[in-house]
Amino acid sequence: MAHIVTNKCQRCRFTHCVEVCPVACFHGDEERLYIDADTCIDCSACIEVCPVRAIYDQYDMPEEYQTCIAINSKALDFPVIDTKHEPLPTAMERKKELGY
Amino acid sequence: MSDSLNHKDKLTIAVVGSGPSGFYATEALLKNFPNTSVNIIEKLPVPFGLVRFGVAPDHPKLKQVIMVYNRIAENPNVNFFGNVELDKDITIEELQRTHHAVILCYGARSDRDLNIPGTSLKGYHSAREFVAWYNGDPEAQHHKFDFSHKNAVIIGQGNVAADVCRILTKSVDELKKTDITTQAIEQLSESKIRNIHIIGRRGPAQAKFSSKEIRELGELSNCSNFIEQQSYVIDDIDKNQLSAPAFADIAKCVSIFKDFGYKKDSKKQHSIEYKFLLSPIKICGDSKIESITFMRNRLTDNRKAEPTGDTITIDCGLCFSSIGYRGQAINNIPFDDVKGTIINDKGRVINKQGTVITGLYTSGWIKRGPSGIIGTNRADSVETIETLVKDIETLKQKTIEENAFINILKAKKCRYISYEDWKKIDDIEIKNGSIIGKSREKITDIDKMLSIANK
Ligand SMILES: Cc1cc2nc3c(=O)[nH]c(=O)nc-3n(C[C@H](O)[C@H](O)[C@H](O)COP(=O)(O)OP(=O)(O)OC[C@H]3O[C@@H](n4cnc5c(N)ncnc54)[C@H](O)[C@@H]3O)c2cc1C
Repeated sequence: MAHIVTNKCQRCRFTHCVEVCPVACFHGDEERLYIDADTCIDCSACIEVCPVRAIYDQYDMPEEYQTCIAINSKALDFPVIDTKHEPLPTAMERKKELGY
Repeated sequence: MSDSLNHKDKLTIAVVGSGPSGFYATEALLKNFPNTSVNIIEKLPVPFGLVRFGVAPDHPKLKQVIMVYNRIAENPNVNFFGNVELDKDITIEELQRTHHAVILCYGARSDRDLNIPGTSLKGYHSAREFVAWYNGDPEAQHHKFDFSHKNAVIIGQGNVAADVCRILTKSVDELKKTDITTQAIEQLSESKIRNIHIIGRRGPAQAKFSSKEIRELGELSNCSNFIEQQSYVIDDIDKNQLSAPAFADIAKCVSIFKDFGYKKDSKKQHSIEYKFLLSPIKICGDSKIESITFMRNRLTDNRKAEPTGDTITIDCGLCFSSIGYRGQAINNIPFDDVKGTIINDKGRVINKQGTVITGLYTSGWIKRGPSGIIGTNRADSVETIETLVKDIETLKQKTIEENAFINILKAKKCRYISYEDWKKIDDIEIKNGSIIGKSREKITDIDKMLSIANK
């Protein structure tokens, strides 16, 4: 079981997670990030640092995000992101929208 | 940034310590300046710090992080110097003289004191000593633990305490395939410990466990987890805090505590009882520990523990204090004695007056104190190296003779261990483990490590 980036990660790309990932298991496209389950070591370092709490341990991920498992399995289609980037211009608005 | 230095002004940088923070500092340095030559100086002949000597043997997945460190070490610009201890084999002045910059990542290898009477009695240990012992740390193999009494007390409610609980309650079958030392398995298999009391100074909403570690304790096959009813207090201030997003994980812990309930399941061989709002005041016994007396606390509005005046005494034959590791000072490096950390500003070492010590940096537990998990050190090292990058023009001013550092080691007849040497030790450990069905059998004797490296 790995960790999952849910669809809450969308239009913000704060990328705090990639900086604390000890194994560089995050991949990303223009919109969001994905976790490569085969590389993730389940350390949970990323969960707390996400400003919109988009990442869950699969073990206690709410039902509504189950479809995100398949979405994360496409991680390898995108490049590894292992350094922090500027958030997207829509990030603060998105954060507010999600109630954080 | 990577083009800002060309070949002729190639930097030589020392990283002291080969735990996570040392490796991530090396990674970040090479990302910024691919031509930098990095000398990693490690006091033990073996790398990885607390990934090897802290992280629990029954958490093998986490140790896969070592593959990342291997990749960093394989960079031809990285040189590993194991068996070289700063302040013993080499001084900080010698390192500074032979490098453009020195990054101190030497971790926390001592304990926060409990500061109560009785800590010299037999049977009292820090959790760090026990963890280092079962994980095969050569410096901890002399410890003798007395597992003959049915009660053990762990003071402190964090993840290290949870690791200790699992190791004390898991069966030989559950541990025998891991890289825990065979010596530890043998001694633990004779253990008479049945009841563990795990004690927190404040309430359940202030416990430092991660929900994952508590959940894992709840899943132990032969162990009953339960809560002392009297000390399980969640008041309105707690409730209010627990609803905030920043407290999401603690809220999860609290809900797991609730599920544990107040009753012990006596059909299970082991039990873990969580007791809150207790501060130890005295460890009692003649030569051996027999009991510990605690003061019952209540919380102030700002969540500080204050004594109620009521006390409680728990009988036990073994006590682990698990209230935190502590960093140690090294000669001539500015140190904050209260926090047990090197004085620094975003990784730049400064003295007590705030003056920058040029070319000296720090990262990891010795920079920020003994908290945070493996990945926390990556962001921390990134911060330190960002600071170093700002200073690069100053650092480049220094001229350093080629091979100056190695020449010092050679002059001192210091037998340093290269990464290839470590790989020989690594191979033997894996081989020795596989013979007896374990992922690895660690070598716990430094002379033995050196003799394998010399072959
Ligand atoms: C019991 C325990 C369990 C843990 N479990 C987990 C877990 O499950 N998941 C997780 O993510 N994190 C876990 N951690 C946290 C993690 O281990 C630390 O965050 C991390 O190891 C700190 O890295 P560091 O590089 O600062 O220090 P360290 O890992 O301690 O590395 C410091 C290195 O410096 C060397 N050194 C010391 N003094 C000198 C000197 N004078 N000269 C040269 N070298 C020196 C040491 O030998 C060591 O190799 C655990 C920690 C402990 C204690």
